[in-house]
Amino acid sequence: MAGSAEADDARAAAGVIDSGRGARADNDRSSGGGGAPGGPGGVFGRLRARVARFDSRLIWFVGPTVLVLAAIIGYPVVRAAYMSFQQDKGLDPDTGMFVQGGFAGLSNYKLWLLGDCGSGAWSCVPGTLGHDFWPAVGITFFFAVITVSVETALGIWMATVMGRSFLGRSLLRAAVLIPWAIPTAVTAKLWAFIFAPDGIANKIIGHPIAWTTDPWASRFAVIIADVWKTTPFMALLILAGLQMIPNELYEAARVDGASAWQRFTRITLPLVKPALMVAVLFRTMDALRMYDLPAILTGDSGASPTTTMSILVTADMRQGNFNSASALSTLVFIIIFIVAFILVKFLGANAVRTQDEQRKGGAL
Amino acid sequence: MRSYIPRAVVAVTAAATIALAGCSSGDNGGGSSSAGEESDGGSGNITFAMGSNDAGKVKPLIEKWNQAHPDQQVEFKELPADADGQHDKLVQSLQAGNDDYDVMALDVTWTAEFAANGWIAPLEGDLALDTSKLLPATVESATYNGTLYAGPQNTNAQLLYYRTDLVEQAPATWDELTASCDKAKAAGVDCMVTQLKNYEGLTVNATQFINSWGGSVVGPDGKTPTVDSPEAKAGLTALVDGYKGDVIAKRSNGFDEEATNNAFVNGEAMYAYNWPYMYDNADSDGSGDKPKSAVQGKFAVAPIVGENGPGASTLGGYNLAINVNSKAKNTALDFIRFMESPDSQMSFAENAFPPVLASIYDDPALAEKYPYMPVLKTALENAKPRPVTPFYSAVSKGIRDNVYAALTAGKSIDQAVTDISTVIKNAGQ
Repeated sequence: MAGSAEADDARAAAGVIDSGRGARADNDRSSGGGGAPGGPGGVFGRLRARVARFDSRLIWFVGPTVLVLAAIIGYPVVRAAYMSFQQDKGLDPDTGMFVQGGFAGLSNYKLWLLGDCGSGAWSCVPGTLGHDFWPAVGITFFFAVITVSVETALGIWMATVMGRSFLGRSLLRAAVLIPWAIPTAVTAKLWAFIFAPDGIANKIIGHPIAWTTDPWASRFAVIIADVWKTTPFMALLILAGLQMIPNELYEAARVDGASAWQRFTRITLPLVKPALMVAVLFRTMDALRMYDLPAILTGDSGASPTTTMSILVTADMRQGNFNSASALSTLVFIIIFIVAFILVKFLGANAVRTQDEQRKGGAL
Repeated sequence: MRSYIPRAVVAVTAAATIALAGCSSGDNGGGSSSAGEESDGGSGNITFAMGSNDAGKVKPLIEKWNQAHPDQQVEFKELPADADGQHDKLVQSLQAGNDDYDVMALDVTWTAEFAANGWIAPLEGDLALDTSKLLPATVESATYNGTLYAGPQNTNAQLLYYRTDLVEQAPATWDELTASCDKAKAAGVDCMVTQLKNYEGLTVNATQFINSWGGSVVGPDGKTPTVDSPEAKAGLTALVDGYKGDVIAKRSNGFDEEATNNAFVNGEAMYAYNWPYMYDNADSDGSGDKPKSAVQGKFAVAPIVGENGPGASTLGGYNLAINVNSKAKNTALDFIRFMESPDSQMSFAENAFPPVLASIYDDPALAEKYPYMPVLKTALENAKPRPVTPFYSAVSKGIRDNVYAALTAGKSIDQAVTDISTVIKNAGQ
């Protein structure tokens, strides 16, 4: 008994020193300690054994983390959800002063989902933020689908190039990271200069394109800048996956007479898929909450052709409507959650795989 | 090993304590609002917040004040250079009930919103301010619901800049202006440039065209939309037809003030609508800190044009408001009076920061030094404030989104003014 406690101590101490291992120890323990009490019958003996093995010091380790997480993640989310059911402040006609609006029911959600500005569905006229919601959703998903597809294709290509051995490989790997290392706001300003009416882009093309005002040109300007900026991130995540593939597999395939294309589709792609899907998951979520790039490149007015959902949230707050902005950000949260759920559940993107699953070979 | 546990606990507890202390001190700040409403305004050191873009114009005055008032020092707090950034910063502080800023320079369009929120002190009773010598339109912009909420500091009106080497004299009407565009074409430059990007500058231009044709956006009560009148429609039609007929350069749909400035100063346009600040840039011979202008000595200014004569520019500028939580309201009011004094206003005039004191414009020495002053006076006499409403940003968005659609997406003027009216009606509810 004493011996096993000491062993636990040693593991816990190792966990404190080595954060990577600590996470693993946490996983093991929480799955052990949190065994379902209402499980199949005849497990009481095992349950009792688990309770006996439960180390109360665990509370001291996990408790504060849970508390801090609850305070910094739980509180704002719950608060935003609460605010989204409150009415925005309105004018008291007698005094001309603002008064708090009180309970709103679902009216804030109806404003966005049904374009209901107070007199029925689709009553929001052009020039109101409620009118801009569905276009913003469409634009956001358009950006996400195009940029993530292009970045995935380019990322795989760059990763395979960087995965080979050649002179100056480490230099190339470092250089490739530069666009990713530059802050997005700076990237956006940089591309705003490039796409200016008398900027380099138009000088190279030799035909003036209104990159920041024409609806489709400005959308592609955002896509080009985003692809430039985040393809390196994609490439490095995929490269990390590529490096896990043992070289012997390729040698064996070569001996068996597989062509380069066959080696790519039969070995590289299936084995790099876990890393690839994680990269796609991260980038999709990033793209769905995109704000700074289009805001700086083409403006943060609600009706611009590059208005994303996040830009709409801030535009609403600028008008002083914090409660309907909360409803909107809650909707954005739900939308991103659904997309992430689909990616994890049906496409096997899983950023937080447990040790067991990893041992089983990537668990797609 | 065990020693880790208390240390971790201590660390977390300490972090939580600091976080809570931060919250509670914020609450204390909010609680002080009741103290601020006492009849004695109090005096002492104050802070003055203004955007960094115009900071150079007020800093010498603040130094002058500080030398004369050792017990009532003014500390200058710089806000972001862009209007949205300034607005966000002030709103955050005021919403929390803080008194970080005693005196705030508010863009003319924000005064009503800040007043309706109860964030700024009404200038009545002990805090009454004499505005009889100021330009009437500037006082109108600082008045909400019949009460003065701020002291105008400086104003602004757009001017018509024109190239004297291409046209002998300024056009007097919009028809004259459009008729003279052949000369620009012959010279290989744009006829006219102005701010038509989908941002506040487009609202300014759209209301200028509406007001210059005798129309208005809202009625005298500040709530009832009047933008569907035939006059307002005629003004918008002139703007849209001018844009579609290449009187106003097509690239103007991406122009803000700076882009207009660059195009005109580089000699790329015959006419431009812009604020007076462009005069110095266009007049630069390259000897100062400004780059050499391509149109130096070849341009002049006139009032913007309307249907039958001078148009009605949209009023810009700053109003000085006192934080309702300020503990030194008397000093704050004295400082506002100081900023409106003839000496301070003259200093603004010399920095191309149009004063609000009417008498300054009649100074002959100034008119000789700054040739645009008499023109600016005419422009300001005709100028109109933008709608004074607490929902200004929603109203402005309604105007510029719909006008932008009329300019670039072929939306009809009738539909545009109908939608603008609906936005104004909904905003007032």
